[in-house]
Amino acid sequence: MKINQKIFLQLGISFIFFGLIGILINNLTINLIRTGLGFNFSWLFKPASFALAEYPLPYTSSDSYAWALFIGWLNSLKVVISSLILATLLGTLIGFARTGKNSLLRLISAGYITIIRQTPLLLQLMFWYFVGFLGLKDNMFIQIKNIFNISNQGIEFSGLTFSSEFLALLLGLSIFTSAYIAEVIRGGILSVSQGQWEAFRSLGLAERKGLIRIILPQALPAIIPGLTSQYLNLAKNSTLAIAVGYSDIYAINDTIINQTGRAIECFIILLVSFLLLNLLITNTMEIINKLILKSRKYS
Amino acid sequence: MDPIVVAKNLTKSYTKGLRALDNVSLTVDQGKVLVVMGPSGSGKSTLIRTFNGLETFDKGELNILGIKVDSTHDERKIQKIRRRVGMVFQQFNLFPHLSILENITLAPVHVQKRRQIEAEKYGMYLLNQMGIDSHAKKYPSQLSGGEQQRVAIARALALKPELLLFDEPTSALDPERINEVLDAMRNLAEQGMTMVVVTHEIGFAKDVSDQVLFMDSGKVIETSPPNIFFSNARHERSRKFLNQLDTY
Repeated sequence: MKINQKIFLQLGISFIFFGLIGILINNLTINLIRTGLGFNFSWLFKPASFALAEYPLPYTSSDSYAWALFIGWLNSLKVVISSLILATLLGTLIGFARTGKNSLLRLISAGYITIIRQTPLLLQLMFWYFVGFLGLKDNMFIQIKNIFNISNQGIEFSGLTFSSEFLALLLGLSIFTSAYIAEVIRGGILSVSQGQWEAFRSLGLAERKGLIRIILPQALPAIIPGLTSQYLNLAKNSTLAIAVGYSDIYAINDTIINQTGRAIECFIILLVSFLLLNLLITNTMEIINKLILKSRKYS
Repeated sequence: MDPIVVAKNLTKSYTKGLRALDNVSLTVDQGKVLVVMGPSGSGKSTLIRTFNGLETFDKGELNILGIKVDSTHDERKIQKIRRRVGMVFQQFNLFPHLSILENITLAPVHVQKRRQIEAEKYGMYLLNQMGIDSHAKKYPSQLSGGEQQRVAIARALALKPELLLFDEPTSALDPERINEVLDAMRNLAEQGMTMVVVTHEIGFAKDVSDQVLFMDSGKVIETSPPNIFFSNARHERSRKFLNQLDTY
């Protein structure tokens, strides 16, 4: 392509790009004028005057909107991190089963992956919430001296209470993501050459030991990037909490928009919250990746 | 004394009716070296890989160090065999994420449950024997092919095996690196190690082997002492193969 043509093309693209942004800003200004609210964040410090079902830190309806949003962020963080751990454990086990020697386990894990990946997450969350937890009776079964109780209120375990909303979300997100993680793990394991399996087998090392000591460390560089993107998806999917009534950042934002009409400010807050959460995940994974690469002195 | 390897009528077919092994029978006595030769695809690799259970077979019987295996491929028995039989591969198959010494101590520590210090001491002794003890702390990718293959031999020796299997150990090496590996194997043979070696190295076969087994299309064509095989092979097919090796 000639240089003239290139410059012309780039000018054209910039024109379209800035034109679109201009239209958006124009729309925004018109709407802000129409609502008469103006653009500011001072309302954040007014009392929220709505109750929350779940709060890891003390919260009452007289606390500010800002505090309510922070509680929402903590709720999101709580469900994201616990699902992340559960999904990884589950996904790894299923990934192992999928590549293992046992043909029954291989079949079961393949079925699990197929069913979970081919149905919508929203449907699965609804299933765990309405069928899994709300389907239970008040005092469903086992109540062993107040140590462990499972009911339609959730699970109580030696003083700790987990609401059925939290649990439905935790289960739904973990199981959904685990199917994808299993495939990532499988891909990583298959990336290690067959010769490595033969080498550890011929040394008399048992399958499981060989998998963990020989195959997995070599599979990790292929696993980590895929795992990171699954974690990011999980964090974003956690906004489906609103479907089961779990007070995550998105649900609380939604309530605030309804109360105050501050849609623009709220969406900016939401964007920043998720940016922060996902930057946290990406950077942690980056550090883990570097540690792994550093720990091996071979190319 | 009982033989180390006895194979009786080993047969393995692939789905298309192709036979990788066709009624293969052989015996290897204690302290002997059997060299297996044959054109590519003749089943020689498949054959020695059945000896430590890396390959299954459909018919026949195998007796390795007194442990009998048949087509059912009993995992327990195979595990027992693997603890007493070492194997060296064409592509070395060292563990790239472990140092040279860790490659060698892995099996003694995790299979034989020996103490780390003891395993390392014996590992260093083996590396010294192979002439590569200065590389102990390095990683496989930092070594030449010949050095890597000698590490692989040391790794196979770490379990103090009673039988060593070599699957084309010099085929992936640069020509000037072949001899250092063959020399190491010669030393082992002189020390009385029982070995089964798949190789195209005529010089090694002539000097070191007690028997040469020639295979084609999964069948044993002939088994002869090297002096007879290389000067006056009994079978027309063997002579043709040797001629081709010469011109090549």
